[in-house]
Amino acid sequence: MRALLAAIAAVFLFSPPAQSQEAAPAASELGAIQTILQEHGDIIAKGSRKTIAPAIEAIAASGLTQAQTVLQTWQSKDMWRRKSDGLFFSGEEIAKKTYRLTDFDTGEAIGELDKGDLKQLKPNSGVRALIGVALVQFQLSDPDATRRLEALTAIQRDPEISHLAPLRASIPGESNPTIKARKEQLETLLTISFDTDEAARIAAITRISGDISLDTRATLNTLLDTTRKVTAGAIPDGENVARSLIPGSDTLSVDDAYSLLATKGLAPPRIPDNEIRTALAANIDGGSVGGVPVASLTSTEARERAYASLVDNGLAAPQPTQSEITAALTVHSFFDAYLEPSSAVTDAAETALSAIETRVALNQTLDLALDGISLASIFFLAAIGLAITFGVMGVINMAHGEFIMMGAYTGYVVQQLVPNYTVSILIALPLAFAVTFAAGVAMERLVIRHLYNRPLETLLATFGISIALQQIAKNIFGTQARPLTAPAWLDGAWVLNDVVSISYIRIAIFVLALIFLSVFLFIMKRTRLGLETRAVTQNPRMAASMGINPDKVNMLTFGLGSGIAGIAGVAIGLFAKVTSELGSDYIVQSFMTVVVGGVGNIWGTLAGAAMIGFLQKGIEWMNPSNTLAAQTYMIIFIIIFIQFRPRGIIALKGRAAGD
Amino acid sequence: MTRSLFARNPSVLIFLSCLALFTLGVTALSEAMGTGMVSTSFVKTLGKTLCLCLIALAMDLVWGYTGILSLGHFAFFGLGGYMIGMWLMYERTRDIIVSSMANNEIPPTQQEVIDAIGNQIFGVVGSSDFPLIWAFSHSLTLQLILVVAVPGLLALIFGWLAFRSRVTGVYLSILTQAMTLALALYLFQNDSGLRGNNGLSGLQNVPGLDDVPQATVSLWFLWASALALGLGYLFAAWVVSGKFGSVLRGIRDDEARVRFLGYSVEGYKLFIFTVTAIIAGIAGALYYPQAGIINPAEIAPIASIYLAVWVAIGGRGRLYGAVIGAAFVSLVSTWFTGGQVPSVPLGFYTVDWVDWWQVVLGLSFVLVTLFAPKGIGGLFDYFTGRTPPDRHGQDLGPGAGSLQEQEADT
Repeated sequence: MRALLAAIAAVFLFSPPAQSQEAAPAASELGAIQTILQEHGDIIAKGSRKTIAPAIEAIAASGLTQAQTVLQTWQSKDMWRRKSDGLFFSGEEIAKKTYRLTDFDTGEAIGELDKGDLKQLKPNSGVRALIGVALVQFQLSDPDATRRLEALTAIQRDPEISHLAPLRASIPGESNPTIKARKEQLETLLTISFDTDEAARIAAITRISGDISLDTRATLNTLLDTTRKVTAGAIPDGENVARSLIPGSDTLSVDDAYSLLATKGLAPPRIPDNEIRTALAANIDGGSVGGVPVASLTSTEARERAYASLVDNGLAAPQPTQSEITAALTVHSFFDAYLEPSSAVTDAAETALSAIETRVALNQTLDLALDGISLASIFFLAAIGLAITFGVMGVINMAHGEFIMMGAYTGYVVQQLVPNYTVSILIALPLAFAVTFAAGVAMERLVIRHLYNRPLETLLATFGISIALQQIAKNIFGTQARPLTAPAWLDGAWVLNDVVSISYIRIAIFVLALIFLSVFLFIMKRTRLGLETRAVTQNPRMAASMGINPDKVNMLTFGLGSGIAGIAGVAIGLFAKVTSELGSDYIVQSFMTVVVGGVGNIWGTLAGAAMIGFLQKGIEWMNPSNTLAAQTYMIIFIIIFIQFRPRGIIALKGRAAGD
Repeated sequence: MTRSLFARNPSVLIFLSCLALFTLGVTALSEAMGTGMVSTSFVKTLGKTLCLCLIALAMDLVWGYTGILSLGHFAFFGLGGYMIGMWLMYERTRDIIVSSMANNEIPPTQQEVIDAIGNQIFGVVGSSDFPLIWAFSHSLTLQLILVVAVPGLLALIFGWLAFRSRVTGVYLSILTQAMTLALALYLFQNDSGLRGNNGLSGLQNVPGLDDVPQATVSLWFLWASALALGLGYLFAAWVVSGKFGSVLRGIRDDEARVRFLGYSVEGYKLFIFTVTAIIAGIAGALYYPQAGIINPAEIAPIASIYLAVWVAIGGRGRLYGAVIGAAFVSLVSTWFTGGQVPSVPLGFYTVDWVDWWQVVLGLSFVLVTLFAPKGIGGLFDYFTGRTPPDRHGQDLGPGAGSLQEQEADT
């Protein structure tokens, strides 16, 4: 009231009378929201957290469209009061010390005033928080759906007890079914965390007990947070005990239990070794400590002796003995207590969480299976070219990995020339095939042709080509990784729920692997080239006498295998970094895939890829921190597996097996 | 068969005298002897090269003579290095810790010293406890036994598994490569107990030899390496000269035939695989104190393939060929990658040998495989007049016996 009086007084003192009459309109001329503001003008101006509530409530409950604007303006310290008549406006600084005022009711600009004629309302943080709570209900029932979602996300990120009431109030009026569902879910979570009614909380917990979303699990887990406590004697009745602990068990070691006692001041602390040493060093007296010569303090036992004599002389704090420790531990009880006082709620939460855990485990298995499939298709993709050159022709091509790398770099170069990612991938796939097909044919003609009867030498010669190609790539493209960007429609992931998701790129690779499999089968089983390839690999001389040119067939088959490696390179480059070492990362695994699956059989390669993929994911799941270890164990497993099935999962039988 | 080993293999004596002359020559010219015409770092390079010759010798035994293309022998080499490295690092750290703790007012207990060493060694991998595999690292004798035992045992187990199930040819090569990869990946982990990819370092400082200048230490290592190479050469020559050597070559040329003659092919293979692994381990134990650092990258599969490259270029199936190949290729590699070779300006592009040496090496390897399967060692046949008979077709290599291509087809 004093402020208003002062304002009125100021008006009369400093303004010409005519102007003051103009500026003080009758109450009937005021807008609706201004009226409310004027009704609570004093407490608004006072801005105290304790008294402000009725003003905010009145504005929020007015049902006026401007209420939200007023609250927002107020909260962001943009509300000004004109000293001349005590009216509230939204102010905007247009020049130094000059503000343009806007009327809340009409939204029209009133005029520009000097700062001296105005008083800014600066709500403190407590008031601003109250305004924020009031604003939530506006946001939750905002006509704009995105605003409503934003409000929900904001609440979800930082839930508070004050959000509960406006959230509940907004649910019946919600028209959008998706948002309504989200609101209801959020309301359940808030109920669990904040509701004062225990029955309502338990009911909410039971309602969500099948929900595996991260929010639900986080809410329940927070509810089940515990602290470790210790008391003298038995556990008091008021505590909501999660479990009682026995010192010396797996969950609580004797040392930990005693340090807990010591930190709570319930027992004298144990003196650590380094403090003993400091105490001994501080009390050296003429070459000996407590009668023990310094030079002989090289054992724990001698140190204890010296320390004990220091204690006897009152020079150091006594070290609790083992029996004292045991005694202290027996008279105290240790337990984990829930932060949540109500045991009915925590019990319900425990039950709900364990039900959720089961479902999460099931979903995780599904997710793991998807990961396994995706890894298997990557291995399959890397190995399928090898399945042709090594599996069908029996040629060890150590440069196979470099063909994959060449394919990936082809994709990179195409992307430099064609900016549209979708188009560039479509160009890159056939181009990579062409490049590596040519490279494969050249290699077959120049090198491998001369070494068909010398497999070990083929291995070494192709290795020579491999290091040469790798170094050439390094010289051209440098050592840093080059990006091969996937088109936008491959970004993102297919999200089933909070546990199961798989990126579109991996799905694409899976599809590509399936396409390759069918192309391979089609060529081998349905085309002339496939027939001739099979004939030449089974018996070259017989095939030659039937009019097949083995040289040509070998050349084409090798080119085909290399070309497929090139396409695989583009696919692998999409999710892995394109470096000159890209190929060598895959070469050993690719050979493993072919050998484990069974040489000379595409289904074997498929089985091998599936086995290695699932196995690696499985081992990674058991020891998630360490993919290196997973690879190590997987290779060891394969070495042992080969012991039992030296010819792979699907072994060729009879004459086709060669030797 | 009463003639001595040397009479039957004059090359052994020639080789040993060459090695002795080389060692004496380097010693006379080294900094330690005051002349300083050969720098200490080059003495180290030569000492390391001798160790590489020794493992090439092992590779020649297992590949050139027995026909097992092992792509895993560098793993054994690395394991030998790790075993000696553990002792070197432990003792060296202990010396430092003890001397720094000597100033403490209260003398340290045994446990405090060990804790401090653990902290010092494993600090880089965020740990301070000694893993179990370091249990013997305080004792030189035990670690020296491990240098032989660890590669030997690994080779024995792996070889037994592989040969028992008759994995041969390229399958065996791929399997050995997988073993090497598995070992390298395992060692790359921080919790492998061998400091992950930091590896073991500071190995050039031999404990207890702080007063001896590096020039002298490197010379001692050169002598030790030369001695090991000489002994290894003698041993290899002895192994391949008698009946045992004939069986090995028989296995290389036609395994099934040797088996049908009643020999235990698996036993022979296992023996040669294990023995060469042990030789590789010893070579590694001599190599890494000269190199100063060992990390898992050293035993990546590619290193073992390079080993095969050396032996192939030098000429497999003859012991001096392997030694020549290893020495030649590794020294030339050092020369080229060291940036001492002048670049070749082509006008539009300057060939920098540091970048292009790998390409040359890879391609020359292809050329040697295609056109000179006997490698550099084949040149000696011209001097000794052992020219091959004028046969048609191409050499089919060890896999298909001594047949030429045309003969094999008929």
